[in-house]
Amino acid sequence: MEMLTLECPYCGVQADETELHAGGEAHLTRFGPGSSDADFEAYLFMRENPKGVHFERWRHVNGCGKWFHAARCTMTLEVFGTYPAQTAEPPKKIRDAITAKRPGWTWRELS
Amino acid sequence: MSTRLATGGRLVDRSSDIRFTFNGKSFRGHEGDTLASALLANDQMLVGRSFKYHRPRGVVASGAEEPNALVNLGRDTTHEPNQRATTTELFNGLQATSQNHWPSLDYDIGALNWLFGRFLTAGFYYKTFIHPRPFWKHIYEPFIRQSAGLGRAPDPETRDPDTYEHFYAFVDVVVIGGGVAGLQAAKAAADSGAKVLVMEQTAHWGGRAPVDGGTIDGMAPGGWVNKTVEALEGMENVALRTRSMGAGVYDHGYVLGYERLTDHAPFLKGPRHRLWRIRARQIVTATGAIERPLSFAGNDIPGVMLASAVRDYLVNYGVIAGQRTVVVTNNDDAYRTAIALKQAGLQVPAVIDARQMGGGALMEEAKSLGIRVETGRAIAKVKGGKRVTGVAICAMAGGGAMLEEIKCDAVAMSGGWSPVVHLWSHCGGKLTWDEDHAFFRPDPERAPTSHDGLPFVTVTGSANGEMDLKSVLEDADKAGKSSRKAAGGKPRRFAPPKGESVEEVPLRPVWLMPENAWDDLRMKAWLDYQNDVKVSDVQLAAREGYESVEHTKRYTTLGMATDQGKLSNINGLATLAASLGEEIPQVGTTTFRPPYTPISMGAIAGEARGEIFQPIRKTPIHAWHEKHGAAWEPVGHWRRPYCYPQQGESKHDAVHREVLATRNSLGLLDASTLGKIIVKGPDAGRFLDMLYTNMMSTLKPGRCRYGLMCTENGFLTDDGVVARIDEDTFLCHTTTGGADRIHAHMEEWLQTEWWDWKVYTANATEQFAQIAVVGPNARKLLEKLGGMDVGKDMLPFMAWADGTLAGFPVRVYRISFSGELSYEIAVPANLGRAFWDKIVEAGQEWNITPYGTEALHVMRAEKGFIMIGDETDGTVIPQDLGLHWAISKKKEDYLGKRAQTRSHMADPNRWQLVGLETVDGSVLPDGAYAVAAGKNANGQRNTQGRVTSTYHSPTLGKGIAMGLVHHGPDRMGEIIPFIKDDGETVVEAKIVSPVFFDPEGEKQNV
Repeated sequence: MEMLTLECPYCGVQADETELHAGGEAHLTRFGPGSSDADFEAYLFMRENPKGVHFERWRHVNGCGKWFHAARCTMTLEVFGTYPAQTAEPPKKIRDAITAKRPGWTWRELS
Repeated sequence: MSTRLATGGRLVDRSSDIRFTFNGKSFRGHEGDTLASALLANDQMLVGRSFKYHRPRGVVASGAEEPNALVNLGRDTTHEPNQRATTTELFNGLQATSQNHWPSLDYDIGALNWLFGRFLTAGFYYKTFIHPRPFWKHIYEPFIRQSAGLGRAPDPETRDPDTYEHFYAFVDVVVIGGGVAGLQAAKAAADSGAKVLVMEQTAHWGGRAPVDGGTIDGMAPGGWVNKTVEALEGMENVALRTRSMGAGVYDHGYVLGYERLTDHAPFLKGPRHRLWRIRARQIVTATGAIERPLSFAGNDIPGVMLASAVRDYLVNYGVIAGQRTVVVTNNDDAYRTAIALKQAGLQVPAVIDARQMGGGALMEEAKSLGIRVETGRAIAKVKGGKRVTGVAICAMAGGGAMLEEIKCDAVAMSGGWSPVVHLWSHCGGKLTWDEDHAFFRPDPERAPTSHDGLPFVTVTGSANGEMDLKSVLEDADKAGKSSRKAAGGKPRRFAPPKGESVEEVPLRPVWLMPENAWDDLRMKAWLDYQNDVKVSDVQLAAREGYESVEHTKRYTTLGMATDQGKLSNINGLATLAASLGEEIPQVGTTTFRPPYTPISMGAIAGEARGEIFQPIRKTPIHAWHEKHGAAWEPVGHWRRPYCYPQQGESKHDAVHREVLATRNSLGLLDASTLGKIIVKGPDAGRFLDMLYTNMMSTLKPGRCRYGLMCTENGFLTDDGVVARIDEDTFLCHTTTGGADRIHAHMEEWLQTEWWDWKVYTANATEQFAQIAVVGPNARKLLEKLGGMDVGKDMLPFMAWADGTLAGFPVRVYRISFSGELSYEIAVPANLGRAFWDKIVEAGQEWNITPYGTEALHVMRAEKGFIMIGDETDGTVIPQDLGLHWAISKKKEDYLGKRAQTRSHMADPNRWQLVGLETVDGSVLPDGAYAVAAGKNANGQRNTQGRVTSTYHSPTLGKGIAMGLVHHGPDRMGEIIPFIKDDGETVVEAKIVSPVFFDPEGEKQNV
């Protein structure tokens, strides 16, 4: 039984996983009409599956209803931070928090 | 024989008289007994039969680790299999029956399996029953299932009469285990105000300490326990629960607890079990240790028990397994059993100590009591059948040559102790092998970590590998204080209590007795009593190439079933390691998974049963449907009327009547369940253009448009009519089951992709009742109600208007899902029922007929309208359904547009929607496939299409269907063969237009 807790960055509560809905990988770039088959396929189907630092989308579905992002370690379930979904990349504060805990981390083109 | 002594038994009330039955036979016991102690007190040594060989089995342990004494408890509605007699508290009227035997416990035919034991080795079933293939399903498996199996499942038709509940708790520290370690840890954590919850799985505090002796702060352990419990009970920040097991430790400090409230006293009111869902900042597990059996021949014969269990029954219940008990050990602790028995006036013919040099102070004490001690010796084998009659003694070194036979009726064995590390391991805590004690203990360097990356579980006491009273208490004090600190508090600096116990000398690891036991002895040396796994089975598995402990577990069944190898695991993997020539830590353990011991399904379900298992959503008109005999259909969480059968009418006839009444005069539908999502804001039109395949931004206020929604994968996910309310506001109708999903879909895109667009959404589904008035007399009815112009010019097809009808504030949409003249009328939900009643009353002159979902489906199919979930299944794109007219060619983008240009999506060979008419007028089976010539790579018939919707049409008097067919639209008039459910019978159907009725739309557009 997975029973994570994540802090919702909107309402500030430490939410149980039962309050949350997992939404897969964060920071995908949408490819629409006119994009190449390769780009579109990667956007639709290709996902990171890291053992370690990962960025995910979550929705506080049984709470305020807002989508947010979580940076966490898939191996230890350590949470480095959560932040609003209205951003194309993780804020510096989050990246620094990861670096403090996992020096040398990489994820997609981030590090 | 086993019996109860005239005195003794600290947990039983000798003045009480408890009656119970075992296999129908009446017995008596005392309050405070477990079923196991009471059975032993009545000389009922034989309690069950083993799983594979049906060997006679007796009680071997005294707690949750018991593998043998599993019984059926209760009867009829309260029947429950696989209950451990050792943890079942006795009560008046308890009924127990033994398991896994036929025809009776004493005479069991399956015991013949033992004669073939040489062939029933590890992997026997896998090896033997492979060929011929069909035999497995029809002959082997049914036979094996009948003769094996643990317990009997309750009758599927019975309903559990008990109630269960969930309980939520949030604490700083949860302490699991109420022995002296748990109590001291709780005290140390709670002293400075931490909120502490202590859970103890038994009914008693103190664990083993009161049985094992020593002193704490100069007191007998029992006295210290009472004093400490009293102190904890006086603290407001501490909650103490007995009969409550810590079942599992999960991520981020989540703990499941399992409280058994009335199992010991079924006459009590209230829930039977309670599932505790605990979130703790820190978890302390003080779960103690479990004694290991020794592997010698005949170690499964009733009367062979763990030395600690023999001591427990004596001290706690005044019960003995036999009059003459031989103790066999590789460590000092078992001498406590010999001493206790001797002091109770019983005979201990010998202590057989595998160690060449024997033990320390405890051995000397035993000797001084006149007990004979044989060092460097072993049991070659136990004599006896259904109970012990003696033991053959041999040298520990060697193969088992008998030196002497000692008559006895019980054997107390001890192979050392294993810390209960389960809860530590549940959430990723790692173990380290302790050479000195020959056990796995928690490795504090590799603790389970929480959301902050810091450890959140501390193991303490003997669960942490601390085996003497002094270090147990010091360790527990430390654990309590450190967990308090980790939970964000400041512990007080009280000194830990001082424990004193007799010093012990090291054990000698013994995994097989004697050291080089001969073949025939190893074949009778049991590792796992419950699953009949012997030393020879694990050795065979190793020879056959099983190197991984996880594979060996599954191949031999070692450590499976209800006890999950609490006794057998370490002995089993040590045997495997020896066979492989590896070190024990290299072989490792199998995975510890929650729950620690089985918990009831009732507790997991909690209150979620019957009506509140999944609450039903009801429309404002639900009660009317109920009163008028609606046959219900679940749609999402809603219940919708399927049809309204009148007296003596079948459902089929009711649907027939409802369709014809609607087509010929006037029908009425409760459409309140349709999703209604308001989309509002300056960018609402732009947003809907992205969500729907067609153009919504060009829709004029006052008008409606049918729209399709796809996922980014291109697949059709929902449809419905969109009404533009004003420049900034749209109302999107969704399917009944789709409202919440589509609302979430909108929010997801708005929040995560187009967050700068100025749009709000609100799900207003339940704010309105919506009623469809359908049929040639629909307009007349509305005119009769009066209040607004519903004429063709003011309210043409696909328009909407606000107004009043019969004094009700309404919004009227002129839309049709039936092909008839039709109005869908929304009123505020609280007026829904009154408005419906008004319509029913006013419609009498046209024989107004309420219809259900099936008539709705039939009428839409007659018109060739698709239904999400029938024509779509998550693999269908709008282009498959001939819906090109609803896909904008002008828009640069919409969700799914790019996907629909992928090569497979644009493939002309995709199956396309057509109508299907059987040649003989019959109704095609739903989901039937049209077969084509030849077979595919798997030898299956090739197919060329399938049925997606199929009905009897009352309007047309024949079967009609829709389906997806290869090149379907190009094959009008062609007859293709469909196959019925039997896989053989062919039904021929002609490919036709999916619009069977009024293709020009003359009826709806009047």
